[in-house]
Amino acid sequence: MNRRLVLLGLLAAALVALPAFAGPYALSVATLILYFAYAGQAWNVMMGFAGQLSLGHSLYVGVGAYTAGALYFHFGIGPWAGLWVAIAACVAFALVIGFLAFRFGISGVYFALLTIAFAEFTRIGFDHLAWTGGPGGMFLRVEQRETWDLANFRGPPAMYYYTMLALAAGAFALCAALVRSRAGYYWQAIRENEEAAQALGINTFRWKMLAVAISAAMTAVSGVFFAFYYNNLFPEQIFHISRSIEIILGPIIGGLGTLFGPILGAAVLTLLSDGVTELLAALGIETPGIKQVFYGLLLLVVVMFLPHGIWPPIARRLRL
Amino acid sequence: MLLLHRVSKAFRGLRAVDEVSFEVDAGSIAALIGPNGAGKTTTFNMIAGVFPPDAGEIVFAGRAIHGLRPDQVCVAGIGRTFQLVKPFAGLSVLDNVMVGALLRERTTAGARRVALEVLERLHLAAKRDLPAASLTLPDRKRLEVARALATRPTLLLLDEVMAGLRPVECDQMVEVFRSLNREGLTILLIEHVMRAVMALAGHIVVLHHGRVIARGAPDDIVRDPAVLECYLGEETEV
Repeated sequence: MNRRLVLLGLLAAALVALPAFAGPYALSVATLILYFAYAGQAWNVMMGFAGQLSLGHSLYVGVGAYTAGALYFHFGIGPWAGLWVAIAACVAFALVIGFLAFRFGISGVYFALLTIAFAEFTRIGFDHLAWTGGPGGMFLRVEQRETWDLANFRGPPAMYYYTMLALAAGAFALCAALVRSRAGYYWQAIRENEEAAQALGINTFRWKMLAVAISAAMTAVSGVFFAFYYNNLFPEQIFHISRSIEIILGPIIGGLGTLFGPILGAAVLTLLSDGVTELLAALGIETPGIKQVFYGLLLLVVVMFLPHGIWPPIARRLRL
Repeated sequence: MLLLHRVSKAFRGLRAVDEVSFEVDAGSIAALIGPNGAGKTTTFNMIAGVFPPDAGEIVFAGRAIHGLRPDQVCVAGIGRTFQLVKPFAGLSVLDNVMVGALLRERTTAGARRVALEVLERLHLAAKRDLPAASLTLPDRKRLEVARALATRPTLLLLDEVMAGLRPVECDQMVEVFRSLNREGLTILLIEHVMRAVMALAGHIVVLHHGRVIARGAPDDIVRDPAVLECYLGEETEV
């Protein structure tokens, strides 16, 4: 336990100190890693803990981003107020999906299909919604990028980095608490064997709904960050299934259902992806799609040799 | 304590359970026996809320429970094991039992304490940190019982927990159930191992083709011509 805390403290210190040493590019990569660590943690609550496979988490990123973005764009409502509306909107979506699926016994791959369907028709909906710019996108004003303006979430890269660091740390702490709570035990029981869980007095419907709601609420926050970090939103981009896949790769590669898996997975994947780009550029290879092939092969190797993810064997090696 | 009144269930026209009535007194141990396909597990599943009966009533502690969901039945005070064991394979033995204990315990610390007590009773305490997936079948059967006990039931339904146990292990299990029963737990068991049935049950209900063909004290049951006939040619230890 103490070894864990010491290592966690060292990691936290290194991450806090990072902007002092890192250039703008390294900082943007680090911010991206933390973003995927956070979103992966959110998705992990649903799949890793409760065993409910969502392939449509882009829905919550998109709805979160568009809700807070539109409130800012149209009414000048800042991100901190918009955040709560975004969370409420995402939780509402999640509860509808959860109700439809769990009430009518849709599970496994069929549940996954339902989550894709919701993300897809929401994307199509936003494509036709003139209020948010339709397919042409919505662009948020950027007044300045020099000083920290937390109220409007405008500032230098370090501000976004620290925000994402705080979010990732918060999500880690929340999940660490959740997994040791009654909810954590019940979710894992449902994941392992739903019938047995029910026979032990667990109202599986209610606890699955809770997992879906928490996961959606957490993902909504990453959507709000996305909106104010990139400042442009296109339905085609944000609701796309590849965005959902991006989110879930981290926890799967890192270690499904583990606390550190999403973080490690996000780091490995983002660094790999950027590393491959750099490497190919250095080698002068410009064949279109070669990066994806390379990246795919690497994923294949990890999945074949470390089916439970990268983190569990490392945790054993470090005796954590 | 538990009363079944003319309970029936059909699957695609096959009458799996046909107007079954029997009673289990508070503080007793009753056994449900019969050849394969007699409708024993179907009866259990209806009591446990897995599916509702087509007709008839199931009353537990003065309250009709037919139509309740499995979790509601468990909350009402009925614990059950599964004939085909269903461990939470990825969780440790202790965590498996803690899931059950959390039903009546407010905190995880309290649940851990209860779970450890139960594991101690079922001779599983030494294996508490192993993943449930690594347990042998006899240990998995014990884990089923431990998990159900951790929910602090007043009635425990045991579905063939002796199957696959060696005679010594079987006797050990019988002793566990006897001591639990002395402390007030009512038990209804489905069992093929007659050694265990005769050692435990004060009352036996015999099912055949979904119907009750005999019920009474163990000594009377083994001499009942109808029972002998339905078991004739079967490999049993009667």
